[in-house]
Amino acid sequence: MFRIAKEKLNELYAKINESMGLYIPIKKAGEVNYHVWGEGKEVSLETLKTVKSPKNMFFPQTEDMMKFKTEGNNIEIIDARFEKRPFVLFGVKACDYKAIEVLDKVFLAEPVDTFYQMRREATTIVTLACSKPEESCFCTVFGIDPTAAYGDVTTWLEGEYLYWQANTEKGEALTSLVGGLLEADNGNAVEAQKEATKKVLEKLPFAALDLSRFKPENLNELFNAPEWQEMSEACLGCGTCTFVCPTCQCFDIRDFKTNNGVIRYRCWDSCMYSDFTLMAHGNSRNTQMQRFRQRFMHKLVYYPSQNDGLYSCVGCGRCVNKCPQRLNIVKVIKTLGGEKK
Amino acid sequence: MIQETLIPKVGVVTDIRKDTPDVKTFRVVGTDGKKLFEHMPGQCAMVSIPGVGECMFSITSSPTNKEYMEFSIKKCGCVTEVIHALEVGAQVTVRGPYGKNFPVEGEFKGKDLLFIAGGIGLAPLRSVINYVRHYRNNYGKVVIVYGARSKDDLVDIEEIKTEWMNEPNTEVYLTIDREQEGWDGHVGFVPAYVKELGLNPNMTAVLCGPPIMIKFTLAGLLELGFDKSRVYTTLELRMKCGVGKCGRCNVGDKFVCKDGPVFRMTELDELPDEY
Ligand SMILES: Cc1cc2nc3c(=O)[nH]c(=O)nc-3n(C[C@H](O)[C@H](O)[C@H](O)COP(=O)(O)OP(=O)(O)OC[C@H]3O[C@@H](n4cnc5c(N)ncnc54)[C@H](O)[C@@H]3O)c2cc1C
Ligand code: SF4
Ligand code: SF4
Ligand code: FES
Repeated sequence: MFRIAKEKLNELYAKINESMGLYIPIKKAGEVNYHVWGEGKEVSLETLKTVKSPKNMFFPQTEDMMKFKTEGNNIEIIDARFEKRPFVLFGVKACDYKAIEVLDKVFLAEPVDTFYQMRREATTIVTLACSKPEESCFCTVFGIDPTAAYGDVTTWLEGEYLYWQANTEKGEALTSLVGGLLEADNGNAVEAQKEATKKVLEKLPFAALDLSRFKPENLNELFNAPEWQEMSEACLGCGTCTFVCPTCQCFDIRDFKTNNGVIRYRCWDSCMYSDFTLMAHGNSRNTQMQRFRQRFMHKLVYYPSQNDGLYSCVGCGRCVNKCPQRLNIVKVIKTLGGEKK
Repeated sequence: MIQETLIPKVGVVTDIRKDTPDVKTFRVVGTDGKKLFEHMPGQCAMVSIPGVGECMFSITSSPTNKEYMEFSIKKCGCVTEVIHALEVGAQVTVRGPYGKNFPVEGEFKGKDLLFIAGGIGLAPLRSVINYVRHYRNNYGKVVIVYGARSKDDLVDIEEIKTEWMNEPNTEVYLTIDREQEGWDGHVGFVPAYVKELGLNPNMTAVLCGPPIMIKFTLAGLLELGFDKSRVYTTLELRMKCGVGKCGRCNVGDKFVCKDGPVFRMTELDELPDEY
């Protein structure tokens, strides 16, 4: 274990920035999100929930995929990607880190999505353990320990220091890069912080949510549950919950005509939208109830059934905070799964 | 050329056949004149006109055809309208093949096969039927029941009349919805015809067509004593990626693009009713 004094963090960022890109939570226009670091930027490491999750780094909100040049009958296809420079994603919380693992299972499954893979391989992830979980947090329900060592490097902020531990080869490489700024540490402060955080976690309001009913064998029973109607009634179909969600992965592929050929790009899409499944002869999900059900069934039943029981929700609580209608996955779990005594 | 799952290849249209008032069959090869890629019967491909859009179509030609691929395309919206306006020599983009194929090298082998199609539903079946004809000795008797709105809406009628009807150990039954001048064949809907024919329930059946036809035909087959685990069909849901990533064609724990489009009826029974 190493440590670095908080007042020296800017030196650490500058050092990383010399040879790699650095994305870190930065406050801009009153909102904290992952942005490119630069001298004088307002870094806000402690912000637990950036508005957008870091999934943006691997699966951007919009991304050019290819260009077409047409001349007469001829079509030429030009790969629109450029080599991604290695970068460090700094300050990722445990829930968001686990969400990247959820996305990996989709995008890196055969046939590999090379657009995602290119960005993913260029990244070194530095996580920051949580010491002040918020009331909307419920990662522990999904077996995530927000104090634990995830990512290539794990850091803990405690007192006047940032503590640092490398977990992987990539992490070791980053550690040697910034080695001159780090000093050895005995790890006691981190252990003490972990103990204290665990006590807070146990008392969080959503800590007792019961997932035991969300199993593949209950798929049809849950799908047909009469409660969906009432739960979804207020849903506006705005898609906010899907855009802020670190595990939502649905996308659209579209063409855009420019003066200089056609650009085919992909962009986030939402299963909450009525045209998501619209076809020439009809729509397989006609009502907002069906679309609402799809989002939560996918996270709690369909995805786990395809991925050895791994849920596609990490309890980050973003949808809890952001839904204009106060609907969210916590209400769904409470209604259909209940709480442990 | 880049080998990527979401990046297509350029194809050239070398032949266009007008099958019906709203269905045309397009023959496509690569810019080098060779077939773009290999596939198995039942698999699909994404065909696109850059700047207009991309759509999923069954590859209707048989894999045993080593020269080109064919798509039978019904005009019904933005992209298909532009495709219908193409002329020979035009270029399109194609990516694939996607999805699971019919088990022609598995469960179908040695079986008597019953193919039931309605309208454009013949597209995926044509690939299987011609594959089975090519390896005729690997399969038992073949029965084909094909129906359309009118005699002008029967896709690939030339091939059916000149080739399929003359194939040994093969029976072909055609039907149209309403009486029509110049038609002396059977008149009536497919599900009713299937029941009338009193087909042998030991056959392995494949159903493709509009959802309503599938529903009633399946009910008829079950009445005749067919076993659901030996009845196959294909699903059609909106698709974008074709590889189980964009989330669009998700039903229950399946992605139709990747786990389908071919499904056994018993598999569909386990899925939530949302397709
Ligand atoms: C697995 C599969 C196999 C298919 N095989 C064939 C075939 O062999 N021949 C054939 O004529 N058609 C086939 N279709 C249907 C074909 O994809 C649609 O007719 C086509 O996408 C319509 O596009 P459009 O832009 O002309 O229609 P529009 O209504 O303008 O399309 C709007 C959007 O909806 C999508 N869409 C519309 N209808 C469908 C549909 N039925 N299925 C999926 N997406 C749709 C389009 O891709 C487009 O993104 C198949 C569909 C699937 C999923
Ligand atoms: S659940 Fe809430 S955030 Fe999601 S689409 Fe409905 S109203 Fe919008
Ligand atoms: S469903 Fe809600 S709580 Fe779960 S990961 Fe997505 S935004 Fe976070
Ligand atoms: S078409 Fe994208 S998941 Fe099936």
